[in-house]
Amino acid sequence: MNTNVKFVQGNEACVEGALYAGLDFFAGYPITPSTEIMEHLALRLPRQGGKFIQMEDEIASMCAIIGASLTGRKVMTATSGPGFSLKQEALGFAIMAEIPCVVVNVQRGGPSTGNPTHVSQGDVNQSRWGAHGDHAIVTLTASNHQDVFKMTVEAFNIAETYRTPVILLFDEVVGHLREKLVIPGKGKIPLVKRLRTAVKEGTDYHPYLPREDGRLPMSDFGSVHRYNVTGLFHDMWGFPTDDPQIVKGLQRHLVDKIENNANQVLNYKEFYLDDAECILISYGASARSALHVVKNRRLRGEKLGLIELQTLWPFPNQLIREKCEKAHYILVVEMNMGQILREVKNAVHFPEKVFLANRIDGSLISDGDIRNILRIVQGKGV
Amino acid sequence: MAVKDYIRERFFPHIWCQGCGHGIVMNAMLRAIDSLAMSKNEIVMVSGIGCSSRISGYLDFHTLHTLHGRALAFATGVKMSLPALNIIVPMGDGDALAIGGNHFIHAARRNIDLTAIVMNNRIYGMTGGQFSPLSGFGTKETTAPYGNIDHTFDISALSIAAGATFVARTTAYHVQQLTELIKSGILHEGFSVIEVMSQCPTYFGRKNKLGGAVEMLRQFKEITTPKGSKAKQANPELIERGILHQTEQPEYCNSYEQMTALAQKGK
Repeated sequence: MNTNVKFVQGNEACVEGALYAGLDFFAGYPITPSTEIMEHLALRLPRQGGKFIQMEDEIASMCAIIGASLTGRKVMTATSGPGFSLKQEALGFAIMAEIPCVVVNVQRGGPSTGNPTHVSQGDVNQSRWGAHGDHAIVTLTASNHQDVFKMTVEAFNIAETYRTPVILLFDEVVGHLREKLVIPGKGKIPLVKRLRTAVKEGTDYHPYLPREDGRLPMSDFGSVHRYNVTGLFHDMWGFPTDDPQIVKGLQRHLVDKIENNANQVLNYKEFYLDDAECILISYGASARSALHVVKNRRLRGEKLGLIELQTLWPFPNQLIREKCEKAHYILVVEMNMGQILREVKNAVHFPEKVFLANRIDGSLISDGDIRNILRIVQGKGV
Repeated sequence: MAVKDYIRERFFPHIWCQGCGHGIVMNAMLRAIDSLAMSKNEIVMVSGIGCSSRISGYLDFHTLHTLHGRALAFATGVKMSLPALNIIVPMGDGDALAIGGNHFIHAARRNIDLTAIVMNNRIYGMTGGQFSPLSGFGTKETTAPYGNIDHTFDISALSIAAGATFVARTTAYHVQQLTELIKSGILHEGFSVIEVMSQCPTYFGRKNKLGGAVEMLRQFKEITTPKGSKAKQANPELIERGILHQTEQPEYCNSYEQMTALAQKGK
């Protein structure tokens, strides 16, 4: 029997992906529907010599992983809506101080306490714009356990490559669904190690001076280079400054390092796009229902296709524009009031051809929900 | 080493006002560290936001200047991650006990081996003189122009109640004692709190007509007394200085190591 095949919850698939990627420090605070992630890590991390800590709130959990990352560990926290709001302050710090870390948000209905045990994709925009100030961020998602695993590993790799927080935006129904997961053998998915400085002891080390390739080699707290880390705008030593040139340079760097590498962090899947007249664009759990509709309509000879987004931010404008060039109409399938719809309308040449099939009542969007909208769009009546 | 060897001279002059107590605390902290002959590479200084929190940037350790109130949460991550490091957390009174109150009591409860130095100047200095939880009833600040109706905390009593295993108090006037207390706090295995009454002549002193730095320091001398002194019996209003509480409890990172060993046995 292959022991690498498991029958698990989506939240466990995330745990498996994180451990595969080398997670060795987790801090969290219980919150539905993400709690299983921390429960499993409370069990797993001590066994393999990793660190697990339940903090006093979500703010503290986010702060603790940043502190741990500075000592050289691969770190993660997991939460849901209200906790995600609380984490925004320290998330902004991680962006400014360029600290690699992974933040999981298993989404629930909101705003506020909302609909804790039900599905929603309402945090798409918060994951992009939740922290104050101009910034860029990477947000990944997935619709099934194999992809949850894969995107979790990808999140750690991106975090290390660009010295940035990465958000994993999962759905309650994926988190709690049990299905098959095949854990790839060691080395099957390449892992990005922390890039550490080659500067020798006694030589001036500049923690915030990018190399020619844009990467910034780090030095672990506790080792020979002692430097300053701050949430203030800072110079190449990490020391606070309000020098307009330095402020402008850092502001640009923080955005450019992500936006200029949008294609490097782009993950998506496509189904039946070649001759598609109607393209569905979806992500996460919604994409499962969308794919179901597309496959059924294909059996009837209808030319439907699907783009399943896995990288939500930076939003793949160019990809959407190119893939949708010849589509007669586009249907965005999501469980919110049109957060990705807006991005798609913004990306394509014909925004009037973009329609929304959504569900916002805490139930998973069904094939029927999508078909109903399709009928209207196709002029077949209500 | 000389005190200046611990300083990042490149980043001076510092931002503190004339007469501020924070420089005295920084000096005492460096003397304590020097007398313990600790390697600079072993020390991580984690601070939040406020006048006192700027200490970290000026010193040649691993320094982490974080968010308002959150220093202890960041420090917990660093310490858990690498327990061999010595973590010192300079904090302000508002930073530690208003916005950071929750992190403060839980760090104390866990008894994680951090040394928190709370510079209590009873005011938010960096934002220009608003009342803090330590200002006290009847004092005047820019946000309490008719007199403060907020009651104060006793930092030490709160720390003891929350589970801190080393709690001490002194003032910026009593510099020798301050150095000794910081030393003891660093050596203590567990969560240590050293409250330092520090003067802010610019805001608290001016608003409350307490005079300049010299007068405020003189007042620290007059209103405090060594713990257990006869003077305290005669005048219960006096504030006690010295080690107020010290006890042995399992330290968090040690307990984690033991728990880990147990988890690995069952593997």
